[in-house]
Amino acid sequence: MATGGVYGLIALGFVLIYKATSVLNLAMGEFMTLGAFICFTALTVMHVPFTIAFILTIIFSILLGIVIEPLILRPMIGEPIISVIMVTIGLGAILRGLIYMIWDPTYRAFPQIFPPEPLKLGFAVVPSGLFWGFLFAVITAAVFILIFKFSRTGVAMRATAFDQQAALSMGVSVRGVFALSWSFGAIAAVIGGIVIGNISGIDIYMGDIGLAVLSVIILGGLDSIGGAILGGFIVGVLQNLVGLYIDPLIGGGAKQVAPFFIVLIILMIRPYGLFGKVTIERV
Amino acid sequence: MRCGDFKENYIKDEEIFPSSLAKFSLAIFLVFLALFPFIANAHMLYIANMIGFAIIGAIGLNLLTGFTGQISLGHAAFIGIGAYTSAILITRCGVPFWASVPLAGLVSALAGMVIGIPSLRVKGLYLCIATLAAQFILGFVFVRWESMTKGITGIHIPPPAIGDLAFDTEKTFYWITLFFVLLGVGYARNLIRSKMGRAFVAIRDRDLAAEIMGINLFRYKLSAFAISSFYAGVAGALWVSFLKVVTPEHFPFMLCIQYLAMVIVGGLGSVIGSIFGAVFMTLVPELLNVLSDVVKAYQPGMEKLIIPFKQVVFGFLIVGFLIFEPRGLAEIWNRVKRFFTLWPFSY
Repeated sequence: MATGGVYGLIALGFVLIYKATSVLNLAMGEFMTLGAFICFTALTVMHVPFTIAFILTIIFSILLGIVIEPLILRPMIGEPIISVIMVTIGLGAILRGLIYMIWDPTYRAFPQIFPPEPLKLGFAVVPSGLFWGFLFAVITAAVFILIFKFSRTGVAMRATAFDQQAALSMGVSVRGVFALSWSFGAIAAVIGGIVIGNISGIDIYMGDIGLAVLSVIILGGLDSIGGAILGGFIVGVLQNLVGLYIDPLIGGGAKQVAPFFIVLIILMIRPYGLFGKVTIERV
Repeated sequence: MRCGDFKENYIKDEEIFPSSLAKFSLAIFLVFLALFPFIANAHMLYIANMIGFAIIGAIGLNLLTGFTGQISLGHAAFIGIGAYTSAILITRCGVPFWASVPLAGLVSALAGMVIGIPSLRVKGLYLCIATLAAQFILGFVFVRWESMTKGITGIHIPPPAIGDLAFDTEKTFYWITLFFVLLGVGYARNLIRSKMGRAFVAIRDRDLAAEIMGINLFRYKLSAFAISSFYAGVAGALWVSFLKVVTPEHFPFMLCIQYLAMVIVGGLGSVIGSIFGAVFMTLVPELLNVLSDVVKAYQPGMEKLIIPFKQVVFGFLIVGFLIFEPRGLAEIWNRVKRFFTLWPFSY
């Protein structure tokens, strides 16, 4: 379930960006890694308490979104999809290289943030990292949904996603919304990174999970926030079930590819996901 | 003296050689390619071979992505299928190398058609994710289907030979590579002038409009996938015969991105662009290697930064080309050429 929570969070990051700017950000995994590393450095090198490290990471991810969007993505408006995707892949390569240059590629364990005792939840004993990770994911998702539903910014973002020109004429700063949604996406990814770093430690290859998350957004639909969260849990659970029941049969490894099988199956049956918008095309 | 680039009819516009000068310079270039093994050392020939495989693969991807507009993030998997088919045919069934290369292409093409089927229902981002999924699933198959692919230990392949003449060095293999590259470039260059090539471009520009104009989407999208994967399969078969070994690590997701980068840096929808892209993206890491040797001499310990630095450069190349020159090296080449042919009266 915690894996599902993290998947849901990163998928949320994808969806937040896609909904407002119609860009599929394949550098999401690198955002996540970067966030985890920054939080890690704040905790171990600067020795600040977790709350401050967390806030620092969030501030950083906001800056990341605000810097990257106008610099790299804005010139891409109106370009074909392939260019937009490739620009995010290039961005991912840059970030990955930079992370590699600044921090070593070695694996590290995350310092203990949550109380270490396993929790007893009635019928089952849950490792604390998983439980807190799950809780974290759910809270973040809820906060994002509330922002979207009730705050002025959220309304502006929804308006932009619905119709950019109409939003523009109603006085919404579409540019601001674009930058903001990149920031929001980065925040979601970064929190996902912290949670997963907490469960299984961090190294520079943890960003690969970003690609597995694609199956989540395909399942939920590229533009559905609820779908992203729900899809995250479904894929997380399915993946662990596959790991449990199918891995022993074929000797391991099935867990990692399971999300991609899910993608193919969904695309065959419901090409626009469970909750995605079905677009009508006209020539 | 020419003062502009005027084409009076479509036949002229579609000509491969717009002037006798173009024919002449191409002939000179071919002579240079033929003489190259006699002046170059082994390392240069190694790079030349790598460039050759990259050109074949990049043309394949460009036919699919640049001309037909179907994004594929699974090109490495097709290269892998070709590579494994050829390796298995040579080592298990005793098929000679020469027959195994086209067979590898055919098997790849078949796989490409299967993976291309979703392209009829989904497009754009969704297709991109579908091919990505195919890439990871096939990568998994290469590792786990041990009875066929021998898993991560890989398959060793004997070098190709005619009679007693074995093509086992960089120098001798160069001729094989050159032959297939010329064949591939010639075919692609002619294909895009044909009915099929124009159908591809029509599908890229607007597939619904193309269908209304009587282009059978099913047929042409699948042919695009098939031809593209055929090229990929041939590139893969040649590559592993050259390396004499094939393992699943040869076909990571990164390879797909490298090929996409070649196509984008070179120029989408241009055969000569794929060639430029392949040459460029193979030479840049080599230059960085040279740079790292220089750095090592002055500042020991810095050279371990070169691997991530390569990645950063790679990322900046992609982003930079997309922002500043979206039509790639092919466009720069055209501009330079135009400047010289029209000089001094370029109006």
